[in-house]
Amino acid sequence: MKTSLRINGEERQLDADVRTTLLDALRQHLGLTGSKKGCDHGQCGACTVIVNGRRINSCLTLACMHDGDEITTIEGIGTPDNLAPLQKAFVEHDGFQCGFCTPGQICSATAMLEEAKAGWPSFVSDDLDDIDTLSDEEIAERMSGNLCRCSAYPNIVAAIRESVKETAS
Amino acid sequence: MRDFTYDRAAATSDAVASASDEGASFIAGGTNLLDLMKLEVMAPEKLVDINRLDLHDIEETDTGGLRVGALVSNSDLAADRRVRRDYAVLSRALLSGASGQLRNKATTGGNLLQRTRCYYFYDTAMPCNKRQPGSGCAAIGGQTRLHAILGASEHCIATHPSDMAVAMRALDAEVEVEGTDGARRTIQMAEFHRLPGDTPAVETVLKAGELITAVILPPPPGGRHVYRKVRDRASYAFALVSVAAVARMDGDSIGDVRLAFGGVAHKPWRDDRAEALMKGKAPSDALFDEAADLILADARGQGGNDFKIPLLRRTLKAALSEATQMGEPQ
Repeated sequence: MKTSLRINGEERQLDADVRTTLLDALRQHLGLTGSKKGCDHGQCGACTVIVNGRRINSCLTLACMHDGDEITTIEGIGTPDNLAPLQKAFVEHDGFQCGFCTPGQICSATAMLEEAKAGWPSFVSDDLDDIDTLSDEEIAERMSGNLCRCSAYPNIVAAIRESVKETAS
Repeated sequence: MRDFTYDRAAATSDAVASASDEGASFIAGGTNLLDLMKLEVMAPEKLVDINRLDLHDIEETDTGGLRVGALVSNSDLAADRRVRRDYAVLSRALLSGASGQLRNKATTGGNLLQRTRCYYFYDTAMPCNKRQPGSGCAAIGGQTRLHAILGASEHCIATHPSDMAVAMRALDAEVEVEGTDGARRTIQMAEFHRLPGDTPAVETVLKAGELITAVILPPPPGGRHVYRKVRDRASYAFALVSVAAVARMDGDSIGDVRLAFGGVAHKPWRDDRAEALMKGKAPSDALFDEAADLILADARGQGGNDFKIPLLRRTLKAALSEATQMGEPQ
């Protein structure tokens, strides 16, 4: 099925079987292999991309359902020569070991910070209407859809915490 | 994944007409359906994509409630200012479920229709009366940690996995649906999901092709809202037991109380007798135990889930203490 996607600011055309997930479209058809396939069932978050400003699991959606949508993948967030602040923070805080989950972590955290800025509460927010600076507990809860088998969680939280501070200042 | 034809609907009438074909299924967020299709637990011959339909808004109703479009995402519903203020139990329940990524995709209508997470329903090598009617139930006598203690049958002991639906049950929400004749009808949340009986594959009272268009919340119930969820991980896990409690105090006694339970039955569970028992009485440990006695009178464990019976009692008492502010200065 013919599908137009706007990926990282660029118009891309796809003509694939209707069963093609957005993740497989990105990786197999469009050469964007930054998004990773971990579980392929929405449990690990390695495939996280940002669609129309919202983070989603690209493995649990069909590419054909996204005709005309605006998609940001890790390739659109930063490059080795021009890292995004969150990417720099992950490097500085050693927020990974093997790095497989990292593109998903970065895409997820990028959109999560926007959700927090918009005042979205989380399950651990004491007051649903008063979302103050994100505590470590808030960061962990909001990032629970991204697993790290190397268990670099303390450093991932530290990297995101630093970005929260920078966003606030 | 089995092959299917894909049809993108532009209007609810087209969607309903298209989905009345044999083997057709609506797709909205797709977070549960596509997962099940990959495993070939579900294999629709046709997908009717309803994401472009005009069902994305939350509007105030004439009676002071809210009409939540079927395609409103779980994230948007949880973050809506009116929901946070007036239906906090619903915000909390939504936020307790799934992950940030999934809540962004999952919709209000789809959440109601999500399937059980019974391990045997997911395992196509095993018998399951829900997946393959008449094949038997492998859960009975198997691993039953997630399974029902209330309202189960000899054909199925699965639980409904939704948190959102539990809060909506406590709030007396209604589900608005559009049928193949174009007419809309509303179904009380109490009636929407079915107990398994001898037809566990039939999970709701929806007719073939019927489309959920909205969930209608009655005017705010006031009071204090609590959603207490007990699970195997602190985040991103289904409930072993959950309790939605909304209580309004009238001086020192309970003016109004609503309770609904998740993780314990084939549908969000509610027991009017327990609520009636508590109205007009001062909250106390003994009163909450009496309510739990009523709710759990017919509870039956399957072995691996026996712990849910005392766990539901304790979770219920904790949620009620918090909702009625027992022991706190009024």
